[in-house]
Amino acid sequence: MIRVEQIKRSFGDQQVLKGIDTIFEPGKTNLIIGRSGAGKTVLLKILVGLIEPTEGNVWYGNINFTQLTVKQRKAIRTEMGMLFQGSALFDSMTVEENVRFPLDMFTSFSAKEKKITVDATLERVGLKGANNKYPSEISGGMQKRVGIARAIVLKPKYLFCDEPNSGLDPTTALLIDELIKDLTVENQMTTVINTHDMNSVMEIGDKINLLYFGELEWTGNRKEVISSENEILRDFIFASPFLKRLRDQALKNS
Amino acid sequence: MHLSEKAVLLFEIELMFYHLGRYIILIGSTLSKPEKLSMYWKETARQMNDIGVGSLLIVALVSVFIGAVTAVQFAYQLEGSSIPPYYIGYIVRDIMIIELAPTFTCLALAGKVGSNMAAELGGMRQKEQIDALEVMGVDTSAYLILPKLLAALVVIPMLVVMSAFTGMAGGYMACVFGKLVTVTEFMQGLRSFFEPYNIFMMQVKSIVFAFILTSISCYQGYYVKGGSIELGKASTAAVVLSNIMILLADYIIALMLT
Repeated sequence: MIRVEQIKRSFGDQQVLKGIDTIFEPGKTNLIIGRSGAGKTVLLKILVGLIEPTEGNVWYGNINFTQLTVKQRKAIRTEMGMLFQGSALFDSMTVEENVRFPLDMFTSFSAKEKKITVDATLERVGLKGANNKYPSEISGGMQKRVGIARAIVLKPKYLFCDEPNSGLDPTTALLIDELIKDLTVENQMTTVINTHDMNSVMEIGDKINLLYFGELEWTGNRKEVISSENEILRDFIFASPFLKRLRDQALKNS
Repeated sequence: MHLSEKAVLLFEIELMFYHLGRYIILIGSTLSKPEKLSMYWKETARQMNDIGVGSLLIVALVSVFIGAVTAVQFAYQLEGSSIPPYYIGYIVRDIMIIELAPTFTCLALAGKVGSNMAAELGGMRQKEQIDALEVMGVDTSAYLILPKLLAALVVIPMLVVMSAFTGMAGGYMACVFGKLVTVTEFMQGLRSFFEPYNIFMMQVKSIVFAFILTSISCYQGYYVKGGSIELGKASTAAVVLSNIMILLADYIIALMLT
């Protein structure tokens, strides 16, 4: 479990996060949603320690991550996996080398054990046989899968995904969503996803946190999204007239 | 001086100290204990190949011409003087060892290797690859910069030695083919008045210059922010700053060691 306690962050005069309190639960896909500039990416980067908060704390279980030194954070970081918006794969390495990198760096596995682990992980994300390809030789969807494989190869307790569907077609986006959801349940990970993809919200949103101008505007699950009377949430999720009609229809039917 | 000019000057000075402080901190964290030596060794070997093998041709070319030009210029200066012609070989040898081999090699490498390092690290920063390493728990400054630094400190002195020999060969060719002096005279000059201390000076220079060009270039690339324009600027700054600092260090070493 990750607990966020009164997180504030300013850049110069601009306060991007104004005191966020929330909990990200294990075995669930926890979503951070909101319009561009709402502070989603800043919050996600604070969670993983890439940005320091101006005030507040991030708790991993009963450990206050924010108060740890860089060296002390390393222990928790080996329990983290992160999928970046642009996948952030190492260009000079093959798919296999990318996925093997955390094993090379943090384990004392033999070459055979590493090979077995990498192959199993690649098979799990649907990339069996892509070992020797370079990131530039595979599609955006495949790059995301490699990114996921690299993030989960050490079997982390925490998985963070920054816009996992950006730049993907709807079908591939759905497959990536399903993969993340399945892995979360299988490994009982605490998964935090930063997204503004409405399909993701409605398909895999176990717990949804809506940020609005740096404040936590609404929290709930995907079923509660439909029935919520929160106008900001409604305007954000059901932005188009078509989606509004769908929501009204769903409410009538229920 | 107007107040605004003063403010600008103060800001520039503050900025200079900011960069200096951040550079020192970066170098400090770069020298921290590696997480896994085997990973660092692999990366160091790759960098040695990139810096060393990848720069052989350019260093050889630059050195041959510098040696040749030095020989031709000195032959011109000595014309009609009472200084014996074999001195050309001696002058080419010593000037290559003391000054031209370390300085020109490192200036050329700042352009080739330094800009490449800045662009590589800057590209990694922009594509969030450095963030990815940090989230994994990798000490990014050490993992990305230390192998480059070690590789440069090992390979660049070797390139400088090669440059000194190639420069002498260039001088030899210019003298012999240009009929400035005879082969015997040139070889006699090469063998005359040899001071082993000059080799020490050459190696001190090559090690200091290697450190300067690698650390400044890595610093410029590591902290890139923004897009491709900023990456280009960082790459240019890496070359310009490295060149200035190499020449400044050259002067200081010359003062200290001669």
